[in-house]
Amino acid sequence: MTYLDHAATTPMLPDAVAAMTEALPSLGNASSLHTSGRRARRAVEEAREEIAAVLGARPSEVVFTAGGTESDNLAVKGIYWARRDADPARRRILASAVEHHAVLDAVEWLVEHAGAEVTWLEVDEFGRVHADTLAAAIAEDPNDVALATVMWANNEVGTVNPVRELAEVAAAHGIPLHTDAVQAVGALPVNFGRSGAAALTLTGHKLGGPYGAGVLLLGRDVPCAPLLHGGGQERDVRSGTLDVPAIIGLATALRVAVADQPRRAAELAALRDDLVAAVRRVVPDVVLNGDPGQSDVDDGPSRLPGNAHFTFPGCEGDSLLMLLDARGIECSTGSACTAGVAQPSHVLLAMGVDRTTAKGSLRFSLGHTSTAADVTAVAEAIGPVVERARRAGLAGLRRAGEETTGVAVGSRGHA
Amino acid sequence: MTGMRVLAAMSGGVDSSVAAARAVEAGHDVVGVHLALSAKPGTLRTGARGCCTVEDARDARRAADLLGIPFYVWDFAERFTEDVVEDFVAEYAAGRTPNPCLRCNEKIKFAALLDKALALGFDAVCTGHYARLSLVDGRPELRRSADEAKDQSYVLASLTPEQLTHALFPLGDSVKTAVRAEAARRGLAVADKPDSHDICFIPDGDTRGFLAGRLGERSGELIDDATGQVLGRHSGVHGFTVGQRHGLGISTPAPDGRPRYVLALEPVSGTVRVGSADRLRVTEITGERPVWPSGVPLAGPVECVVQVRAHGGTAPAVAEAVDGGLTVRLRKPLRGVAPGQAVVLYRPDPAGDLVLGSATISATA
Repeated sequence: MTYLDHAATTPMLPDAVAAMTEALPSLGNASSLHTSGRRARRAVEEAREEIAAVLGARPSEVVFTAGGTESDNLAVKGIYWARRDADPARRRILASAVEHHAVLDAVEWLVEHAGAEVTWLEVDEFGRVHADTLAAAIAEDPNDVALATVMWANNEVGTVNPVRELAEVAAAHGIPLHTDAVQAVGALPVNFGRSGAAALTLTGHKLGGPYGAGVLLLGRDVPCAPLLHGGGQERDVRSGTLDVPAIIGLATALRVAVADQPRRAAELAALRDDLVAAVRRVVPDVVLNGDPGQSDVDDGPSRLPGNAHFTFPGCEGDSLLMLLDARGIECSTGSACTAGVAQPSHVLLAMGVDRTTAKGSLRFSLGHTSTAADVTAVAEAIGPVVERARRAGLAGLRRAGEETTGVAVGSRGHA
Repeated sequence: MTGMRVLAAMSGGVDSSVAAARAVEAGHDVVGVHLALSAKPGTLRTGARGCCTVEDARDARRAADLLGIPFYVWDFAERFTEDVVEDFVAEYAAGRTPNPCLRCNEKIKFAALLDKALALGFDAVCTGHYARLSLVDGRPELRRSADEAKDQSYVLASLTPEQLTHALFPLGDSVKTAVRAEAARRGLAVADKPDSHDICFIPDGDTRGFLAGRLGERSGELIDDATGQVLGRHSGVHGFTVGQRHGLGISTPAPDGRPRYVLALEPVSGTVRVGSADRLRVTEITGERPVWPSGVPLAGPVECVVQVRAHGGTAPAVAEAVDGGLTVRLRKPLRGVAPGQAVVLYRPDPAGDLVLGSATISATA
């Protein structure tokens, strides 16, 4: 099997499995005051300190959540509510048009149910938000902005945003910037303190940790109302008994992933470039979407090292996916909705790609278990797969042509 | 034939789940596909009506899991909207009574889906329809199901030989109760799922309300066909079907006290003609765009049995292909024959009545 969907989820790192396995049988609620509770609490605080240390944050800025979706929701809704409550004029959210649905849908919910307004930040043809775009959006009225939210690196096309510049622009007006760094942490150099962001989302299962464990790094002076009320854990921002083994697994994975990041990023980028070259050789008209990855943003590459996102003209993504799956190659068409229907990607649409072209897209994402053999497998399969998918695409067009004739005959019949 | 690459269309209902299971058991290489047909996915089904909901997609996925076959959801919402829903609305607006299930088979399942499947390397599309299909000397023979009450040959009769050559109906020889029992025996969770009925894109069953929402108010007169007397007004011919008795909204009873029925719809003037039951009797049907599922056009006048709507409405008749159309003389009059429906010709046979041909009803006399 060739697993090239690491951006969806990546295998747990052996160190994280070992640490979690060891932690699973231990008893103790981290909020309890007795010996068992203190032992659990100690494990949690050590994990918190470790996470803070590797990401350039303070331990008190680490808020444990159940994953990326919760962290995004907490940041967007929580900061919006807190800032609006402090000043009712602050109702505007500045959000990039290429955010993950966990941010997009949270913003749209606030617009529909909580009196928010949104200014969508346009992106360039690579899917990147520029600092002057943010500056212009703020300039419309610097006093009515509740928060800005721009992802660190895009999950579909892999383009990296200039977070430090963006945060600087926002900070000049006292506006908190949240960044969804789910794809970035472990793949790029990420330093919360240096980035200037007010809040940062990460999740365990994208970097070799467990599912259902995430973090919101939340600046100490950033106001944030809770989504979950209860026992007052996590600075009163996120109530709920802490999942001690998952937190230990997450911290372990994060430590290993961040320590390995420079070496792994170089390896993956080389492998990714081989993959792109191999696909281009077989399918000359293929389009690589997103930043070409040949420059730097902040201190890292301008594209996620493991990301290769293509458009295959004349093909439908779901046909490609099925044909590759049948050959044991696992990849993704992008984001899927609850019914599993492939919708044209909002990211590609925001980048100016038309709907039909957008449907012919496929994402290969490499990770820590990827090898040259995976690239070879794709290189061997992609030619026949694309040829067949093109035939299926043409079949759809041909039938549509016939129907036009059918309608004409029908209307003569009516007259 | 075994060892074909088969694409099983899986709605999430008991029939298509068992059909897929039988295709797997027959030794075919099966891939399950759920067609997303609703332009607004994400609604949960309430009650037995409708399909294409998130819950149906999940039921289909669970059935595929159990069968151990790959499963995908393919988006045909745009095609379905254009070719089935819009067609349905346009047909009613033109005073005809369409059959959307027939249209879906003709334009989606055995056209858009089949074309895509063939191009992707599949040999056939498998569905849970109740109809018997076999190849005799390379020609498809479509026959009524072993379960007379569930028979769906009527909505498959407008498929061409090319389409039927690549179709698989594994339930044709079975009765519904046996299919349910088999689903339970196989551990399929959908064994007790209620039958879907009515029109899948009108989940509340209110066809008139759906059409009113789409076509708006197009008022006209209700006229007594015998006397020319105006009996009242209505809000659009799309609210009526030939043969309809209830919901006419006429306050004055007929002079003879007998119920009145819709006799004809005239969409240009907006007139609905009503009259007594005996005026509904039809002895001759004209059909357009005939289709011969076996690829053999009628030769000369042929004695047969015709069916003029999805359930019931059968009569012995003599049919003849004339000038690219079809003329049917009924040996016994039928009531409520609505233009837009299909007239399907059967040759009675103990092994399942054989479909000879099908056409769209364009006129009656």
